[in-house]
Order: sequence, then structure tokens, then C-alpha cells
Amino acid sequence: MVRMRMNQAVAAALGDEMREDPDVVVFGEDVAVAGGPFKTSDGLLEEFGPSRVRDTPISEMGFLGMAVGAAASGLRPVAEIMFIEFLGVALDMVVTEAGKFHFLSRGAFTCPMTVRASIGAGLGFGCQHSQTMENWMSHAPGLKMVMLSGPQSAYGLLRSAIRDPNPVVVLEPRALYGGRGQVTTGADGIIPLGEARRVREGDDVTVVSAGAMVKVALAAAEASQDWSAEVIDLQTLIPWDRDGVVSAVRRTGRLVIVEESPYTSGWGTEIAAYVGARLFGELRAPVLRITCPDVPVPFGRELEQRYMPNPGYVTDQIDQLLVTGRAPDPWWVGEGRSA
Amino acid sequence: MGDADRMERRRAVAADRVARYERMVEIRAFEDRVQGLFAEGRVHGTTHTAQGQEAVAVGIAAAARPTDLVTCTYRGHGIGLALGMTPEVILGEIMGREIGCVGGIAGSMHLCDRELGLLPTFAIIGAGIPVAAGAALTAQVRGTDDAAIGVFGDGAANIGAFHEGLNLAAIWNLPVVFICENNQYGEYSRIDLTTPIEDLADRAASYGIPGIIVDGQDPDQTVEAVSAALDVARSGGGPTLLEMKTYRYAGHSRADKAEYRPEGEFERWYERDPINTFRARLESEGLLAAGDADGIDERVAARLKAAIEVVEASPPATVDAMFGNIYAPV
Ligand SMILES: Cc1ncc(C[n+]2csc(CCOP(=O)(O)OP(=O)(O)O)c2C)c(N)n1
Ligand SMILES: [Mg+2]
Repeated sequence: MVRMRMNQAVAAALGDEMREDPDVVVFGEDVAVAGGPFKTSDGLLEEFGPSRVRDTPISEMGFLGMAVGAAASGLRPVAEIMFIEFLGVALDMVVTEAGKFHFLSRGAFTCPMTVRASIGAGLGFGCQHSQTMENWMSHAPGLKMVMLSGPQSAYGLLRSAIRDPNPVVVLEPRALYGGRGQVTTGADGIIPLGEARRVREGDDVTVVSAGAMVKVALAAAEASQDWSAEVIDLQTLIPWDRDGVVSAVRRTGRLVIVEESPYTSGWGTEIAAYVGARLFGELRAPVLRITCPDVPVPFGRELEQRYMPNPGYVTDQIDQLLVTGRAPDPWWVGEGRSA
Repeated sequence: MGDADRMERRRAVAADRVARYERMVEIRAFEDRVQGLFAEGRVHGTTHTAQGQEAVAVGIAAAARPTDLVTCTYRGHGIGLALGMTPEVILGEIMGREIGCVGGIAGSMHLCDRELGLLPTFAIIGAGIPVAAGAALTAQVRGTDDAAIGVFGDGAANIGAFHEGLNLAAIWNLPVVFICENNQYGEYSRIDLTTPIEDLADRAASYGIPGIIVDGQDPDQTVEAVSAALDVARSGGGPTLLEMKTYRYAGHSRADKAEYRPEGEFERWYERDPINTFRARLESEGLLAAGDADGIDERVAARLKAAIEVVEASPPATVDAMFGNIYAPV
């Protein structure tokens, strides 16, 4: 085990895959000479050279299209989108091209590419650089998608993403890049796609979270004396671990989902609907989703903190759920705000 | 600071070269101070400053009318000040205060002033280019003689929106002026690493529109070039691409010390510093007398100091502002 920051774990996963597979190439804006705007590819250019590690112009559609072509013809490209919003100018290549190649070739072509993108709020970047946008990709069969929650998760999920024969989108909460943790590297550190991970045991409620919200859910669970929460890191958003989540919720009888994104059409909506249908009659409380309000991410420090679920708020919401047996209103509805 | 003040600031820049000089000094001092406030930990988030590019900003503001809509980038404080926005409303936005031009909920990258013609500034590269063409479409369809201006960086010339926007504007003969602030860098990459040609103005040829290289360090030339291109646009002559050769003195954003710059490059550009050379010219023409420039420096410094006090006294953006203006009322 090695102690490292999440951005270093990303670089370590990239380096290990590149060492094992000469077809893995890395490109994106300022990823080579500068080692990445968030230092997630530090040292790769020095070790693997300018043929396999390339800086691109500001041409997201162009370089993601190249990733599609390179993947279909034998390479395993890993392309970096600096902020998820910049994928907006290139979404076709991921959602409509990469995700359909296998289908449209009757299986003759695969598209083993990885798109890494930083996501999320909390750093004061304003509303065009703070979204998560996972639902841009979640409605496009053919794509897989994971969300990182810390150094080990970064290392393990990214390695699986690169090895997967399908296009995989890796969402990396920017606010976690600097956070440190112990990382098991090598084969033992690889985390399979499609499996959720239990990060805390508990009996009264199952809290499903992903990305930066895993830490928030954990802190919220630790803070309560009155109930014990099992906390799950979903890890893979598409295809998500249906059986794992259902069996966990069957045991506790209650499901709470914590998401860092607006309320409407979040990934948790899908989980709530699915679990609600599968476990109808077995649930001891309504499914509770704890999310951000339906507003653009505000800039000011206090507002931005308000925008995202924080541990105190999550604890309080779960308290209310357990005490009343009903799903409490989110804070903004409680304040009479309509969004 | 009320509307009258902003409009007066705009008129001054349009009318008077000495006022343009003073505005350039204000922009430089403002940007330096913004960097200082970040360094002191008094501001949250990130920022992109435009020291060295002041002559482009005043050139645009002096040539355009407030009814000509302008799109520009996250590196927009200088253009905002040049167009007439006050230091209070821009700094207020950067510091997340109620007094900010968007109420403090948007931050440094997102300035806006409808009366002065500034559309919300864009933090997605290239997005403002076709949007400017769209503003020009309105002028064309409605038959006004307004024009639009799309400002963007050299790095933006490699994104699809640039090519699509210029082509559309060209085939529809739209009254728009595209202004590329070629400050030699896109983030940490020098332009020659990302772009195979030296002069981005050359790209205009593939859309059949004029592409003109302008000395972006000379405010007399920037004003003249933008005015001429706007005249063409207003009189039905279609779009122009102006490539303003300029230089970004600071790093890309708050965290960047710009250590990737070749030695001596900054110094070479600084020899032609737009403020120093303009001051010397105004002095030699007798428009600035001995001591006038010092007086301007002092006035600007005092103005900025007062602005910071006003902003710091302004309350932080409210939760109401966060929930306001999501949808326009029906
Ligand atoms: C679509 C998109 N890709 C990437 C970025 C990240 N980014 C922000 S500024 C910048 C460099 C832009 O360079 P240039 O156009 O020359 O403008 P300058 O910053 O020099 O004013 C990049 C790559 C972005 N904002 N939008
Ligand atoms: Mg540039």
C-alpha cells in the first residue's frame, strides 16, 4: 500500500496500464508537458514519450473523435476532458458514436476508449465549471460510467475502465483530487466495474452514495447515535449494481440516496424507482433522495456549501425519516422555495 | 454606482484618448489588485486576468455602441471595465457580493451588463463566437444598423464553434466583427504547439471574409481597426476577423505562475507595453502634461481603494439570489 492523493492515484493507474499495454495512449489539453491541469498525468510524458502522451489543442470534438477512431482500430485511448462541461461540445462522439459502434457493426468493432472528466462543485468555479452532468451519458446504452470517491477508487476503477472493451466514462470529483489515502496498487487494487462497495456496516438504513458524496454520507452516518447506517459507494453508475443494492436495502428496510446534483433526473431517481418497485411492501419507509436544489451551481463560498448536501444536513434528513417514517422535505422546500 | 456613471464611463472612453489611457491604467491596476486579493486569500475560486491586453479592451469599447452586443470570455474584467462597468460591480462579482453585476452568484468568469451591451461572458471556449453571430442576425432581420462583436482567444480558433460561427456569419453576410485576442497562449501551451500557422487572421480566407492583423498593443490602432470593421458590418459588408496580437502578462489563471514561458519573452513584450507606449505618445503630442500621468495613477489608485471598501461592505450573495432568475416569468 502506498499513501497518495487521488490525482496521483489517477496518474498511477494510467502509468500501470501504459506499462502493461503498449496500446494505451493518453491525450487531452495540457496533459503532457504540464502533467495535467489537475496533475493527473504527471510524469507520463517523461516515461512514455510524446507518441503515447499528447497535448491537444482546444478541440474536444476532434480529439474525442480521434479516440473513437483509434479505439476502433486497436488502441486503448484515454482522453481527458478538463471539466465535464467541456464534453458538451463533443458529446456526439461519446454518446452517439462510441456508444453505438459495437451495435452498429454487429459486434465487429469494439470501442475500448476511456473518457476521464473532472466534475463537481465546492471550489468556487461558478455554474459553468461545477456540474456533474452524469445524466448526459446515463441514457445511452453502450456506454459505461463510473464515479470516483477517493484514491483507491480512482486507481481501481480507472484501471478497469481502461481494460474494458467498451467506452467508459470516468467521472472524477475535482474537490477530491487533493485528498490522500492508502492505495493498493497492482492487480489487487483493481476494482471490477458494476459492483457497489459497502464502506460502512449498519442495520437501520442503507445510504447509497457516489463520488464526493460518499465522504459526506459516511460522516453523516458516523454522527448519529440513534440509528446505524450502512453506507454504500455505488462506484459504477452504469451498469449499476442492482442486485447488490437491492439485497442491502432488503436487509435494512430503508433506502436513502445522497447525490451531488440537482434533484430532477438525478442518478438516484433511477435507483429509487428500481428499488421501490423490487421491494414494494418490504420497505419500512419511503425512499429518500438527498440532493442539490434545481438551480445552477452558485459561486459564493457559503452559497456553494449550502447548495451541496453536507453531513449535518444528511444526518438531519435521515433522523427525520426514521422518527416520522415519512420522507422529509428538502431544505429549500422547507424554506418555501419552489426550485 | 448608478447607470449614469456606467454610461458616462462608456462615453468618456469613446470620446477621448486620454480617458482611454486612464481606463487602461485602471484595468491594469484592477487586475493587479485582483491577483493580490486572491493571494491574500480574500477571494474564493479562480480568476483570469488580462494585464497586457488593455489596448484591445479599450479599442472595442471606444469603437462599439452600447447597442452593439459583445460576447467575450472568462478573461473579461478588462473588457467589462472598458465598456463602462464600474470596478465595484466587477469586483463585487469576483468577491461574491450582492453588489456584483450578477448579484455575486456567478463569479469572476461571468460578467454581464445588458445596458452596456455585454452578454453574459462565456466560460466555455468558443461558445461566444456563434452567439455573437446570432446577435448580428437580430440586427440584420430587424434592419437596425447595430452590429455584434465576438471576442475570443487564440486557443479558441481550434474549436469547432469558431469555424462554424465564422462560416455561418460569412454565408449570411452578418454584421459581426470577430476579434481574436492572440495573447500567444492557451492555458499553459504556447500557440505554436497547438496551431500550425502563425497568423490566425489567415483563417478568414477560408470563409471568404477579410482577416486583418492588428497591433493589439496600440490603442489607436485597435480603435481604428474595430471602428473600420464595424462600419463595414453596419453598411452590409459582412463579417471581419481581426487578429489582435497581444500578450498575457500573468499566468492563465490564479494558480499559474507561467513558468513555461521562454526566458526573455515577457521582457520583449513589455518593451512595447501598451500603457507605457501610449503614455509616451500622449505626452509627446502634448495631451498629457508633466505630472498628468502621475495624477491619473493616483486617481485610479484612490478609485480602486474606494471600490474595495464598497465591495467589502456589501453583503455576500443571498440564498434568494441563488433561487432567483432560474426561469423568466411567463
Ligand atoms: C470547451 C472548453 N475546453 C477547454 C476549456 C478550458 N480552458 C479554459 S481557458 C483555456 C485556454 C483558452 O485559451 P485562449 O482561447 O487563447 O484564451 P486566453 O485564455 O488566452 O484568453 C482552456 C483550454 C474551456 N473553458 N472550454
Ligand atoms: Mg490565448
